[in-house]
Amino acid sequence: MAEPMGFYTDTTVCIGCKACEVACKEWNQLPATNGGRNTMSGDSYDNTRRLDGMHWRHVKFIEQFSADRAEGRWLMMSDVCKHCVRAGCLEVCPTGAIVRTEFDTVVIQSDVCNGCRDCIAGCPFGVIDINPVSGTAQKCTLCYDRMRAGMEPACSKACPTDSINFGPIRELKQMAERRVGQLQTAGERRAYLYGADDKMLGGLNAFYLLVDKPEAYGLPPDPQLPSRNLNGSSLWSAIGAALIGIMGVISFRTRGRDDA
Amino acid sequence: MPSTFFTEAPHWRWLIVLYFFLGGIAGGCYFLAALIDLFGRMTDRPLARLGYRIAFPAVVVCGILLIVDLGRPERFWHMLLQSETWRPMFKSYSPMSFGAWGLLAFGFFALLSFVATFGPDDRRRRRVRLRPPGLLGVIVAILGGLSGFFLASYTGVLLAVTNRPIWSDTPLLGLVFVVSSASTSIALLLLLGPRRVFLIGGLRALQRFDVVVLVLELLSIIALVASLGSLARVWLNQWGALLAFGVVGVGIVVPLLLHRRAHAPTAAVVKAAALLVLLGGFLLRVVIVLSSESI
Repeated sequence: MAEPMGFYTDTTVCIGCKACEVACKEWNQLPATNGGRNTMSGDSYDNTRRLDGMHWRHVKFIEQFSADRAEGRWLMMSDVCKHCVRAGCLEVCPTGAIVRTEFDTVVIQSDVCNGCRDCIAGCPFGVIDINPVSGTAQKCTLCYDRMRAGMEPACSKACPTDSINFGPIRELKQMAERRVGQLQTAGERRAYLYGADDKMLGGLNAFYLLVDKPEAYGLPPDPQLPSRNLNGSSLWSAIGAALIGIMGVISFRTRGRDDA
Repeated sequence: MPSTFFTEAPHWRWLIVLYFFLGGIAGGCYFLAALIDLFGRMTDRPLARLGYRIAFPAVVVCGILLIVDLGRPERFWHMLLQSETWRPMFKSYSPMSFGAWGLLAFGFFALLSFVATFGPDDRRRRRVRLRPPGLLGVIVAILGGLSGFFLASYTGVLLAVTNRPIWSDTPLLGLVFVVSSASTSIALLLLLGPRRVFLIGGLRALQRFDVVVLVLELLSIIALVASLGSLARVWLNQWGALLAFGVVGVGIVVPLLLHRRAHAPTAAVVKAAALLVLLGGFLLRVVIVLSSESI
């Protein structure tokens, strides 16, 4: 396997230009409009609203203002598939459409997927959805085709502030830790890395530098694998089946004379 | 906010609700038929035949529902065979993959028993019969009954092995589904079972079983709500009301009262109770599936 590759996104330098969203759509030939409909969210500069089958990059605009709007700040974050080292979507996929690549990224093979949508429910981050054009589940591929050709993914290539950094995970982690140190020294005590270590799903190959709790960015504080419930749930089902079986046998075995 | 609330709904809606209900009926009716064949009396065999004749058509409809629900229905076979290599596609840790094979296995046994119901019910040719008491029939009934239990319960495990609110916040959905599958299947047999004199014993046994299963269903739903802990707050809305009044009230408590009121309930009362149990079982799937979908 080639060296694990991924994204390190420094949200403190994101300016919300959405160049990443545009570059992603352009390279991956994703429709710019949703079936010809262009709808505005009406309450934000964010009209993409969420990641789905046709939006593989989503720049979040988080507005944090006091009631009188005297104080406030914008948090911006370009969200994307986290390419988890232990991926929930890959775990549940029943067709084998979701694979781990030689770059340690997670890719949905659109020609194999049959649109069962189990991966949508299995993803701890709400990244995947059906692309209505293909009828299959789709998400960021970390530009697998570009990586195979030795190129950088379209989004990080287009990012004008280097908020999105692409490279070997090992190098990205060193870069991110240096940046956290720099921000801490400069007085931004809230800076930390989300998903950089292996405690979160074995590590996120797309990890973030954040300056607020994960929930503020719409990220789960404690993402888990779907399989955590497999044994417990199966055991309770078996207990239920055994109880029904035993009660059924008793009901048909203990019959009085009037039951003939 | 719990981490499960940061996920997206998989758009499993009415087709899946219907599949969960019919899958429960198919698996449950087969189990009851096998139970009657293995432990009942000769006079009960028409009831078992009814169970087998419900199970197979129901599982065929289940397969159709699942295929239609896919984003690419023509690729349904990708669940069973790898599209590139044609090797079997099986993941023991993916309930949907396991379920696809389970559905196929159950369909196979349900077909054998379905076909067997059309032959003469002759005990002398027991070796070649696909229904008990012949050895082959016993094997088919046991394997079919086990795969029926699987079909009735894996859907709960499937929901649990996700990251969605409610579904992945309790380990008890499979338990609730398998118990509900038994209650709805008993109800369907009581509803469709002919009330002939020689069947009275078997029907009474089914009614006794029904009462015990309904009590167990009530307890398992209470346990389900308790297992959600503070998260059960998400049901303080129309879904909670449907669960309390539709599933528990109309679907369990009223039928239990109907069974208890008369020592020997009339056919009309039994059938009314059975209808309510079926309605409650369907509403249970509606609440479980759609309440999480709406978050």
